[in-house]
Amino acid sequence: MEETITNNQIIDIERSVLSMVNVHAKAQLDQMQWPTTRDEEWKYTRTGRITKESWMVSPIQSNAPWQSLQIENLDVYTIVIINGQFYSQASTLPTAAGITIDTIAPQERIATSFGHFFEALQAAYCTSHLRIVIADKVQMDRPIHLIHFNDGQKVLSQPTLTIEVGAFAKASFIESFGSNSTEQSFGNRKLNIHVGENAHVTFDKIQDLHDNDFLMNDDQVHIAKSAQFTINTLTIDGGWTRNQLHISLDGENIEASLNGCYLPRRNQLVDNHTKVDHRFAHCNSHELYKGLLNDRSTGVFNGKVHVHLDAQKTNAYQQNANILLSDEAQMNSKPELEIYADDVKCSHGSTTGQLDDEAMFYLQSRGLSPDNARRLLTTAFINDVLNHVENEAVRAHVIQRLEQEGLLYH
Amino acid sequence: MLHIKGLEAKIEDKEILRGLSLDVKPGEVHAIMGPNGSGKSTLASVLAGREDYEVTAGEVQFNGKDLLDMAPEIRSREGLFLAFQYPVEIPGVSNMNFLKAAVAEKRKHLGLEPLSAKEFLKLVSEKSKLVELDGQLANRAVNEGFSGGEKKRNEIFQMAMLEPTLGILDETDSGLDIDALRIVANGVNALRSPERSFVLITHYQRLLDYIVPDFVHVLYKGRIVKSGTKELALELEEKGYDWIKEEVDAHA
Repeated sequence: MEETITNNQIIDIERSVLSMVNVHAKAQLDQMQWPTTRDEEWKYTRTGRITKESWMVSPIQSNAPWQSLQIENLDVYTIVIINGQFYSQASTLPTAAGITIDTIAPQERIATSFGHFFEALQAAYCTSHLRIVIADKVQMDRPIHLIHFNDGQKVLSQPTLTIEVGAFAKASFIESFGSNSTEQSFGNRKLNIHVGENAHVTFDKIQDLHDNDFLMNDDQVHIAKSAQFTINTLTIDGGWTRNQLHISLDGENIEASLNGCYLPRRNQLVDNHTKVDHRFAHCNSHELYKGLLNDRSTGVFNGKVHVHLDAQKTNAYQQNANILLSDEAQMNSKPELEIYADDVKCSHGSTTGQLDDEAMFYLQSRGLSPDNARRLLTTAFINDVLNHVENEAVRAHVIQRLEQEGLLYH
Repeated sequence: MLHIKGLEAKIEDKEILRGLSLDVKPGEVHAIMGPNGSGKSTLASVLAGREDYEVTAGEVQFNGKDLLDMAPEIRSREGLFLAFQYPVEIPGVSNMNFLKAAVAEKRKHLGLEPLSAKEFLKLVSEKSKLVELDGQLANRAVNEGFSGGEKKRNEIFQMAMLEPTLGILDETDSGLDIDALRIVANGVNALRSPERSFVLITHYQRLLDYIVPDFVHVLYKGRIVKSGTKELALELEEKGYDWIKEEVDAHA
C-alpha cells in the first residue's frame, strides 16, 4: 500500500485544457511525495487509491446538473464551479456595492512554500482561483452558495477560494460538493478565509459526493479580534473525504465554533483534522464533531488545540463522539491539547461506542422496529451537531438528504 | 388472554424462573408479590422479550399466540405493554416523535389507517390528562431530566396511548411519593376495562390500596407458591414473607 507514484505519471496535464501550471509550485511538488501511512498525519488515511488513477483536468460541462445541489426555500447568490473552474454564466453574483468577486490569473498567484503534498499539488495545478471580498461594514442580505460539481471522466478539480470579510461586516456562506454518480473525481480544494475585526461569518460545508469520489479540503481561517466565526462540516456522502481545518485566532475576544458530522458507510473514509490556534487572550472556541460509522467504514478525528503563552483566559471546548453501528467499522480519534498559558479553561473528550442496548430495548418494547429504533437514536445523536447550523433551510436540506440515504429518521 | 405454563428462564447461568404458571383472563388484575430476588422483574422482562434472558422450558400463550416466538416490537404491537421499573432516558429523542412512531407502527400492524396529525394530537391531549402530565413533558426528550414520578407517569401515559390488552407494571410504585402514586393508580384504573388485563408486580401492598387486584400471587424461588385474593396482600403486609418461605422450604 506504500506505492508512491510521482505526480507526472498521474496527472497528464499536457492533455488538459488549461495552461495554468504554476512552475514554482510544480518545482516544489516534484521534490515531494504522496503521504503514506508512515506519516503521523496520515496514519489511518491511505492515499493509494488516489495515486493509482490518472486524473485529468476537464473543461466545464455546461449541462452538468449542479442544480441538484441547490437548497430549497433559500434565496442565495450562487457561484458555480464545474470541474474546479468558475462557471460565470451559471452563477448569480451579488451586485451591491462593497462586494467584489473576481478570479486571479495563474501568473498573479503567489506560490509560497507548502506544508504538504496536497497543498503543493493544488497550487501547481490550480484549476481556478476565485476571490470574494466583502468590504467593511457590509451586511450581506443573503448567503453566497458555492457549488462545486464534478462531471467527467477522472476529473481533477483543484479550485482555490479566497474570502476576505471586512471589519464589522456580516456574511454567510454555504459550500456544496457534488458529482456525477457514474464517474470518478478527485477534488482538492483550498480555502482561505480572513475574518475582519468584529465581523460575523458562518460557513456551512455540505459534502455530498459518491463512493467513487475523493475530496480533499484544506481550510485556512484567520480571525481578527472581536469577530465571530462558525464553520460546520457536514459530510453526507463520498468515498474518501479529508478535511484539514486550521483556525487561527489572531486577536482578543474571538468566538469560534467548529462542528462536524460524518456518517460513512460501505467502504467510505472520512478524516477530519482540525487545529485551533489560540494566540491571544479572552477567546472562546467550541468544537463538536460526531460520527456514525456503519459497514466497513473508517473515521479519523484528530483535533489539536494549541493555547499559546499569551492566550490567557482562553476557553476551549472540544468533543468528539462516535457510534459504531457495525463490528467492522473503525474510528480513530485523537484529541491533542497543547497549553502554554496558565489561566485557561480547556476541556476535551472523545468517546466511541455502540448504540445503547437499554434504549434500543425500550423503543422496541413500544413497538418500534429495530431499524426505526436505531434511526431514532442515531438521529438524536447527529441532531446535536445539526442544531449548530443556524440556517434552517440548510439544516432541513441536510436532514432531508440524510433521510433519503436512510440514515436518519423523521 | 395470558397463559403461562411451566416457564423456566435463566440469565447467564443463573436459573431464575423455575416452572412458573399463571392464567390471566380478560379484564382481570393480578398482583404478583414476593421477596427480593424471587424472580418478579425477570418475569416482566421475559414477557416483554428482553434478550438477556434465556427461556429454557415452558410456554406462554398471549391471545392464543405463542408469545415467546415474537420479537419485542411484535409483542408490543400485539397488545402487550411493559411499564418499566427504570424507564430509560433517551436524550435528543422527543417523546412526541417517539410516540408518533410507536402508534403508527402499531396501527400498521393491526391493519388500521394511520392517524392524522390532528387525531394524534387529540389523542395525546386526551391521554396525557389521565396522568396529569402537562404538555411540556410530552414535548421534551424521552424521560430526560424527568423526576422519578414523572417517569412513571410517562410510562402510564405511553400505555394509554398504545391501548394494550395486557399491561404489565414492573414495580411502578417504587420511588413514588403518595401523590404520584395516586396519580399513577388513577391513570391505571381509568384504563381498566372488561377486555384489558393487568399484571402488577410489586414488593409492597401499598399500590394495591389504589389498584385493587382480583388475584394476588406470591412468587418465591421462581415459582408461584401461593395465590389468593386481595386479603393475601394484607396478610403479607402484616406478617412479611418469612412464613411463606418457611412453608415452602419445609416442603422442599
